[in-house]
Amino acid sequence: MQFNSFSDFIAMGGYGFYVWLSFGTCALILLSIFLDSQFSHQRILDAVAKQLDREARIKKAKQESK
Amino acid sequence: MQRQYSYRQLFFSVYKKDVLLAFRQRSEIINPLLFFLIVISLFPLGIGPEPQLLTRMAPGIIWVAALLSTMLGLDKIFRDDYQDGSLEQLLMSPYPTSLIVVAKITAHWSVTGLPLVLFSPMFGLLLNLDANSMQAAVVTLLIGTPLLSLIGAIGAGLTVGLQKGGILLSLLVLPLYIPVLIFATSAIDTSAMSLDYTAQLAILGAMLAVGLVLAPFAVSSALKVSIS
Amino acid sequence: MWKWLHPYAKAQTAYRLCNILLPYFAMIAVLSLIVGWVWGLGFAPADYQQKDSYRIIFIHVPSAILSMGAYSSMAIAAFIALVWQLKNAELAVIAIAPVGAAVTLIALITGAAWGKPMWGAWWVWDARLTTELILLFLYLGVISLYNAFEDKGSAGRASCILALVGSINLPIIHFSVEWWNTLHQGATITKFDGSAIDPSMFWPLMVNILAFSAFVGTVVLIRLKNEILLCEKHRPWVRDLVKSQTQNVTSEIGDNNAV
Repeated sequence: MQFNSFSDFIAMGGYGFYVWLSFGTCALILLSIFLDSQFSHQRILDAVAKQLDREARIKKAKQESK
Repeated sequence: MQRQYSYRQLFFSVYKKDVLLAFRQRSEIINPLLFFLIVISLFPLGIGPEPQLLTRMAPGIIWVAALLSTMLGLDKIFRDDYQDGSLEQLLMSPYPTSLIVVAKITAHWSVTGLPLVLFSPMFGLLLNLDANSMQAAVVTLLIGTPLLSLIGAIGAGLTVGLQKGGILLSLLVLPLYIPVLIFATSAIDTSAMSLDYTAQLAILGAMLAVGLVLAPFAVSSALKVSIS
Repeated sequence: MWKWLHPYAKAQTAYRLCNILLPYFAMIAVLSLIVGWVWGLGFAPADYQQKDSYRIIFIHVPSAILSMGAYSSMAIAAFIALVWQLKNAELAVIAIAPVGAAVTLIALITGAAWGKPMWGAWWVWDARLTTELILLFLYLGVISLYNAFEDKGSAGRASCILALVGSINLPIIHFSVEWWNTLHQGATITKFDGSAIDPSMFWPLMVNILAFSAFVGTVVLIRLKNEILLCEKHRPWVRDLVKSQTQNVTSEIGDNNAV
């Protein structure tokens, strides 16, 4: 470990703001692009499921009306 | 299908049609020039009228204004023909699409780029350019503006089928213009120091040659995507 | 020789391949991100000149490398899509573009945050930063061109053409900017010399580069899966997939209704 204490680690020898700013935004951007991809996967699956559900209902209604 | 026209006849008939159309509605020629003039006169108002400062900034101002004013007419290259259906007919004809594209780009350049080149000495006077840099400005514009039309036509071809293609077009095309801007302004800068600027001109010329070879193919495949 | 590649032109096989590869990429990404960040932030020695501010290198350099790498892979995919008319390659272009834009944005922000303590300004028109900025514009162009089209088939091909045109232009832009920079900027900027870097800093940097590559790979795979699903949503195999995945959920709902 390069740093003696946790507050030293946060301070980064006086450059804490810049270091944590870059690491923070980096983490934020990486996380948001990952989550966006993951959620849109779920969204697509839901949309297809909904479509299937609708088709099934239409089919059922048609059979009943006959 | 039989080919009735030689390639040369085809080129000139497409070219003539576009230029004639532009001359019928004169605003198409005059508007980019007026725009250029207005942008150039805005800069002294914005940054101050000191002649030295203006001379220093003139290459950049002239070229940024040239980029913006060629952007104005870019959307028009294919849009009218697309809307009245003649573009589709041209693409379906047995002639090579890239030839038609070259003719249309040449027409666009003679309507927007060429007047700019011809009037640029006058605009240079407004910005206090000396004779040396004036000459460089004219030469770089002469080599650079066809390149702008060629690169811009790729963007125009990609966005011709879109309803709101205009703003998108500038986002697509302006980043691609950067090398032209850099080399052209540097040529004018170098000439202002009365040094030899053939190196920059050579690079611009090389880019023009590459653009002339590759851009028509890119434009014709872009048009095929937009039409289908 | 290339015959084994042919089945992957089919969307379903490609989807399955994505599913097989995804856990490996994700595992490498998570592990090496943790190792790389802890090593880089806590254990790598401080630079004698730049002190601790140099630690930004551990994300700035990987993101800059990956921004270029993602663009070149996007251009290769675009080339394949246009020459061999492969739909999957087209989808790959669309999958890569947003990830590449995100990585480029990271490179820009970290570059600015590093520039402030080192050069005294958030933004310096340094050749590399300027190229990154233009690269971001190119990515945004591809993404917004894709979104502008109603018909996703021609949208894909149009963005492929744009990506390819951009890739021809990118080296020209890079060299012109570099040349312009040396012309306009007399002051020398202290930069890391890649070869002179100490092993105690070199290895965490390598781990971080691996981490970023694996992360980009993971997200691209997820997005490629999404694009394949979107494009094939009316095909039976997607329907079967959705049915098998939602079976449990729907049966639960059915039970609830029965109660």
